[in-house]
Amino acid sequence: MNIIIVGAGKVGLTLTRQLIAEHRITLIDRNAQLIDNIVNIYDVLAVCGNGASYEIQTEAEAAKADLLIATTTSDEINILACLVAKKLGVPHTIARIRNPEYEKQLRFMRGELGLSMAINPEKVAAREIARILRFPAAMKIESFSKGRLELVEYRLPENSALDGISLLELYRNTRIRVLVCAVARKDRTIIPSGDFVLRAGDKIYLTSAPDQLAKFFQHLGVFRKKASSVMIVGASKMCYYLAEELLRMGMSVKIIDQSEARCVQISERLPKALVIVGDGTDHELLREEGLLETDAFVAITGVDEANILMSMSAARQSRGACKIIAKINRRSLVELVSEEHNIDSIVSAQSVTAELIVQYIRAMEGASGMTIKTLHHLVEGAVEAVEFSIPAGAPLVGVPLKDLKMKGGILLAGIVRANGQIIIPSGGDMIQPGDDVIAVTSGLRLQEIQDLLK
Amino acid sequence: MNYRMIACVTSRILLTEAALMSLSLLTALAYGESVWPFAATMLLLTLAGLPLGLRAPKDTALYARDGFAVVASAWVLLSAFGALPFVFSGEIPAFIDAFFETVSGFTTTGATILTEVEPLRRGVLFWRSFTHWVGGMGVLVFVMAILPMSDGHGMHLMRAEVPGPSVGKLVSRMSESAKILYGIYTALTVLEIVILRLGGMPFFDSCVHAFGSAGTGGFSNRNLSVGAYDNPFFDVVIGTFMLLFSINFNLYYYLLMRRFAEVWKSETLWTFLGIVSLSVFAIAGNVASMYGSFLTALRYSYFQVASIISTSGFSTADFNLWPAFSRAVLTVLMFIGACAGSTGGGIKVDRLIILVKASVRDMKKMLHPNAVASVRFEGKPLPERNIQGVHTFIAVYLIIFVASYLLLSLEGFDLISTFTALSACINNIGPGLEMVGPMGNFAAFSPASKLLLSFDMLVGRLEIFPMLLLFAPSMWRRRRLIRRNPF
Repeated sequence: MNIIIVGAGKVGLTLTRQLIAEHRITLIDRNAQLIDNIVNIYDVLAVCGNGASYEIQTEAEAAKADLLIATTTSDEINILACLVAKKLGVPHTIARIRNPEYEKQLRFMRGELGLSMAINPEKVAAREIARILRFPAAMKIESFSKGRLELVEYRLPENSALDGISLLELYRNTRIRVLVCAVARKDRTIIPSGDFVLRAGDKIYLTSAPDQLAKFFQHLGVFRKKASSVMIVGASKMCYYLAEELLRMGMSVKIIDQSEARCVQISERLPKALVIVGDGTDHELLREEGLLETDAFVAITGVDEANILMSMSAARQSRGACKIIAKINRRSLVELVSEEHNIDSIVSAQSVTAELIVQYIRAMEGASGMTIKTLHHLVEGAVEAVEFSIPAGAPLVGVPLKDLKMKGGILLAGIVRANGQIIIPSGGDMIQPGDDVIAVTSGLRLQEIQDLLK
Repeated sequence: MNYRMIACVTSRILLTEAALMSLSLLTALAYGESVWPFAATMLLLTLAGLPLGLRAPKDTALYARDGFAVVASAWVLLSAFGALPFVFSGEIPAFIDAFFETVSGFTTTGATILTEVEPLRRGVLFWRSFTHWVGGMGVLVFVMAILPMSDGHGMHLMRAEVPGPSVGKLVSRMSESAKILYGIYTALTVLEIVILRLGGMPFFDSCVHAFGSAGTGGFSNRNLSVGAYDNPFFDVVIGTFMLLFSINFNLYYYLLMRRFAEVWKSETLWTFLGIVSLSVFAIAGNVASMYGSFLTALRYSYFQVASIISTSGFSTADFNLWPAFSRAVLTVLMFIGACAGSTGGGIKVDRLIILVKASVRDMKKMLHPNAVASVRFEGKPLPERNIQGVHTFIAVYLIIFVASYLLLSLEGFDLISTFTALSACINNIGPGLEMVGPMGNFAAFSPASKLLLSFDMLVGRLEIFPMLLLFAPSMWRRRRLIRRNPF
């Protein structure tokens, strides 16, 4: 496919990195220096100029493009770029729109401007943080089929009860219906079979219904209750979305930021939150505001380094009693920090945005249209979990799973029946029309449900 | 530096050379000549290329330094292996001579050390001209067209090999761009072969001259070059094709895409054609008395101007005998060279335009110190960095030229021969004046000078910097290995 990306910032770069292997990409950015650096590394065509201008888009051959993604820092330019592209005949357009003021009128704009999709990375990331806070035992949590099935990431600690236990033993002993669908061990990623033996330090990915997962973690003795008080440092846009969601869930929220103006702004919008002007790196302040009593500490200022340092120091003070979440956008830093184990969860707005867009593109390419419902990247993109909705007449329907000839490296992680029943698949189960099927793969790119079969 | 990846790419290039050489082997077979010089070279190339070329290493990242290193080492190795058929066949027994001839072929120079070309075997002659065709568009571009490098980073390679101050891609994928360029190149070459053949030139000769003009090289299979046929039709066809091949290939792509406005507005194209027509008429007027009629003079002058400005180096007349003014014009054209993005050499018309415009701008700034003025090129303001790049290029070019000139003068030949021999090599033209004129050759130079000239040809073809960086110590400095004390 021909894809035009307007804006070569962090999101634009992440997208380029993920899409370059399969698509022809044209980048548009105003900054010539940025363009130069990217062209040196990635095999893309680059055009220097304002992506919202008709002339520049013509130069980038927008008329031949299948998709335009506008990810500049300015919402207005993104909207205009999509409008121009639509006029030039680009069938699909995606815009990044972050301003909470526009957020409200998004549905209206989508229809009027012909946007195929509007993405608000801050909001998506905030949702992800909220999900983690609802289930703090996990490092990361993704939901499928409207939350009926969840996929959680969990690192086995040094003296874990699961160390040295095979998956079959695990399933037999706990009698809880969970499935380990992927394991990341050092640099390797494994789609495990029943005789796979877990080791301390592994990162495992579990799927099941939310209540089963809670039971499982209770069984392990590492269950943590839903956070009830949360401390957020950085009164950014993401903070607004996060606090809004947390308050709706009935948690108590404390927001700390250095800038008084930002604090006033956010407290006007969120009267229920406690907003404090102060330095989030200041130990005394954190202690005074009750770091030791909060359930979770979330560092989401605009500076990655500050977030890392704050989270590390908060982790040390609370000695593991508090769930630590940090927003880190730069990939190199994420890799560095995830090797240390004192930050519980890392969230990046870029990668969730890129995930959503890749999901959209994959669905766009699938021959039968929107068969992909959800796509999540696990283990830094090495594993994909894809949710398909099964139309009537799909080739796998009504065949016991053990008789299906599936490609290697694929695991069916869950089936959600139309009535909401959740099945952790075994050989005798069958897929029925109307089901949602979640498949986990490494190294394959699934577009349609047929891609599962040989 | 990523030595493993450099070795891998270089090995693949050697394997590609082995594949390309099979055409020469087939030619030798078709004319009933011994095939073993080619077979043996291909075997050696395969042996050299297979161990490292088959599997790409895990880390395929190539940065600017690696790109330059790949290009420089690949071209030197290509020429070294490409020289072997000449040696094995005994046509050019001395390796240094064969190396000079091959470098001259790959860099599309066309300078020869052979006095007599006609008695050479067909297979060897074919290889000699085919190197022009391969070298014209670039070997790495070819390798990229057929074996795309997995995760990008190839732009550094392309930049190091494609002539001109800036590299523009035609389409998003580099391998597709390379395929388009090679497609246009092949189509034009085939067209020329067909036209020459229809005009009555033997098929083998048509191929040789088409390769020579496509790569803007200039090797002929006749002692008198194109002049041997004394046929106005061939002169016009070959002359025109040499000009066609010295125009930026992107313009052909725009023509194919029906983007005529971009071709029509091309500043470089019109400047190039202006320089060509001005020179043609100036020389024709100057030599009209020699040939009796202005029309005949025009025929010879058109061919010679096309041949020199495209940096091919074919000849239909012994321009050594032309008056001083005509020879001076030709010498100037040697330095101007073709357009960027073509197969021609020289300083390039694009750089001259930028240079002149930047100088005018700077002079304006002297008069109005606070004036804000940007240099516009091809309808767009040119970034200051590019202007600086052109200045640096010219400066380094001059330094290398002067240094080589001093070294070459140790041979003790007359100044004109020395000067034009050097400029013919560094600008990838081929023949110069006096001793190295169209009827002369480079045989008289000592082996050391031949090596120096080979270096200069590579410098000219690869636009200086890859070759120069081969000598930069930081290029090869490894991280020091920490030795553990065994005790």
